Amino acid sequence: MLRACLRGANATARNNFGKTRLTNLQHCRHYTAGETSGGGAAKVVAAGLVTVGGGIGGTILYAKWDNKFRAAVENNVPYSDWLLGLALGPPSPKSGLPIKKQELAQPPSMMDKQTNVSKAKSEKKVKEAAESPASEMSPVPIQPAQSIEEASAEATHIISAISEVTSVPAPCDTEGAAVKEEYKDCHEHQDTSVTAAVHPDTESPTATEPLKERPVEEVAAILAQQDQEEQDIATSVSASLEESLTSSAKATLQAIGAQEAALQAITRHTLKLKEAMEAEVPPQEKSAQWKDLEAALADRTGAVNDAETALSKANEALDSLKSVIDKSKGLKVSAVRPLVLAAEENLHNMVVDLDKVVTKVHSAESEAKIVSQYSELVNEAKQQFQREVSSLTPEIQANWKGLTGKLSSDDLNALIAHAHRRIDQLNRELAEQRVREQIHIDAALEQQKLEDQKALEKAVSTALQHIKEEARLEQERKLSELREVMEAEMRTQLRRQAAAHTDHVRDVLKVQEQELRVDAEQVLSSKMLEQETRYRQLSQEQLDNFTLDMNTAYARLKGMEEAIDSHVVAEEEARKAHQLWLSVEALNYTLKTANADIPTVPLEGAAQAVRDSCHDSDFALALSSALPEESLHRGVYSEASLRARFNSLRSLARRVALIDESHNSLYQYFLSYLQAALLFEEKQEAPPAQLCSEDLDPFKLLSYASYCLEHGDLELAAKLVNQLRGEARRVVEDWLTEARLTLETRQVVSLLSAYANAVGLGTTQAP
Amino acid sequence: MSEKELGKKWDRCLADSAIKLGTGLGLGIVFSVLFFKRHTWPISFGSGVGLGMAYANCQNDLRSHYLQHRSKKVTHT
Repeated sequence: MLRACLRGANATARNNFGKTRLTNLQHCRHYTAGETSGGGAAKVVAAGLVTVGGGIGGTILYAKWDNKFRAAVENNVPYSDWLLGLALGPPSPKSGLPIKKQELAQPPSMMDKQTNVSKAKSEKKVKEAAESPASEMSPVPIQPAQSIEEASAEATHIISAISEVTSVPAPCDTEGAAVKEEYKDCHEHQDTSVTAAVHPDTESPTATEPLKERPVEEVAAILAQQDQEEQDIATSVSASLEESLTSSAKATLQAIGAQEAALQAITRHTLKLKEAMEAEVPPQEKSAQWKDLEAALADRTGAVNDAETALSKANEALDSLKSVIDKSKGLKVSAVRPLVLAAEENLHNMVVDLDKVVTKVHSAESEAKIVSQYSELVNEAKQQFQREVSSLTPEIQANWKGLTGKLSSDDLNALIAHAHRRIDQLNRELAEQRVREQIHIDAALEQQKLEDQKALEKAVSTALQHIKEEARLEQERKLSELREVMEAEMRTQLRRQAAAHTDHVRDVLKVQEQELRVDAEQVLSSKMLEQETRYRQLSQEQLDNFTLDMNTAYARLKGMEEAIDSHVVAEEEARKAHQLWLSVEALNYTLKTANADIPTVPLEGAAQAVRDSCHDSDFALALSSALPEESLHRGVYSEASLRARFNSLRSLARRVALIDESHNSLYQYFLSYLQAALLFEEKQEAPPAQLCSEDLDPFKLLSYASYCLEHGDLELAAKLVNQLRGEARRVVEDWLTEARLTLETRQVVSLLSAYANAVGLGTTQAP
Repeated sequence: MSEKELGKKWDRCLADSAIKLGTGLGLGIVFSVLFFKRHTWPISFGSGVGLGMAYANCQNDLRSHYLQHRSKKVTHT
């Protein structure tokens, strides 16, 4: 079409332009068109290639960017995975990331806990850094805890990294809690550094307590041990206390006795002194008095010394007792407290007594001092008077009082003058004294006040001490009483609790007992049931066995009877079978009675005999009734006769081979006869297993049939002859009928004989 | 005996053809002698007629089985 157009174009060009150039151009155009056509094709090809390459490149780039797309492409397009692998390398494991994210997101609590712990750690670190100088030992226990915590945090990290299961970091928590506790303790430390020493002891227990729980036996053992220790301590303390108490009591008593003795001595001495000073007695008694006085003074000093020594001893003993008491108090054993309390009370009493006695002694001493001062004054005055008197009257002796009768009047006057003078002096002194009385009284009062104050202070202090001591003792007593009360109450509560517990336990035990009883009864009943069932089973089994044996015996008997009956029956059957067989043989024999061209005798009789002998066998009856009528009434031809007949038939059939419905004119007859005369075939030819269309030729069929007949196969011969068509068939019809009859009869008879044989074999009894 | 039928037929046929031929011939001769001045044509004519009739009869007899109007039982299936 292109060329046509071109030609047209050429023509028009020639017409229009008439230039060869244009034609050339046309040609060129033609060529160029060809070229353009070729170029166009190349362009198309190039464009296609570019498109395909661009598509592939774009696919590869997009697959590089989006892995899902890459996966989709690899799934759908066959060799794309190879190509993409070549271009981009193996697919990146982007799908792994979400799983990992899940992993990391799954234990958020752990992460939070860890962050909390780390925050706590950092807080602690900051605070420690801020307050490190304050507590030096607190970092020490924290450090191991921190290291433990770090280790546990690391472990939890590892666990979280390995598994996806949320692992609750229990040790981490408890460690954190313990650490927080410790931290709080540290705060308290830093606030009160006094109890700092105690905390390290408690820290480790608190750190270790969550981790360890001592078993009950250990606790009981420890408690028993503690009790034992306490008891021992109590006994030892009580022994020591008693010892020290006795010793101190002894010493105190001694001291008190000594002090009393001293007191008595002092009072005696003062009395004596007073007596000696005030009483007017004769000089001999005076000297005796003075001697007594001296003795008393010596006594007093001795007693006082003794008292002092005894006091010091008593104080020593009391101090030792106190120390013992303090020591025993320091043991902090509860059983010791009443003893301690009693010892303290005793101590206090002794101290009080001692102090009382000492105060008494002091007061007596002060009195004695006063008295002695007075007596000294008096003595001094007396001596002065004496000196005066002696100065006046040197010959008068000391004991002037006893000399009143011996004195002269001068002496008496002198004495009276002296006395007057003395009285004046004394009056003057008295006046002076009265004047200075107030001052002296004030001074004395002051002194007395001071002394009184001192004494008061001392007394107050001692009283205060005593009262404090008493109050403390009272408190202690009250405390101990309270403790006892509390103990008693606690004991009652515990008893109550124990009672409740025992009640509960009793109830539980009751319930358990019931349950157990029920269980036991159940078990018992089940066992009983089992036993019963077993017994029943056994008895049943026995019964069953017995019945089984009986049954077997009966069955055997029955079997034997049946066997005998069956024998009889079998014999009957055998007889019948024999009869049948005989009749069938007779029938068979009748078949052989056929001579050439004469059929057999009618089989009626034999058939009847057979029918008679097989009343009960439907099969045989059916068979015997299946015998064809003709054979029964007329008999059948033998095979030999049929064979002979066939031989004669054969030529006839050959002659009419061409005749059938359509070809049946005389001319056809002539042709058929001619064919028969001219055609030669085998006399006998073995028939093939399968007939094909060529074998349906009458001549062939006839030769096959002859062969079959010659070889005794009437059936096949009949079948082959049955294949004849047309006139030939009509000709052999009778023969075919006869052959059929014979075959039928023979079949029936053979079946009957087989049946009779079978029956006979069946009824034969093995020897 | 079905095989004998054909023979019988042929016998009849032959007999019939002999009779017919003879009769035709005779009649022809008679007619030729009597009526047709001893021409040969009535003889041949008569024998021809006779032969023809005999042929036709024979053919009819032979194919009698295949003709439906007969009341014979058609054994050929």
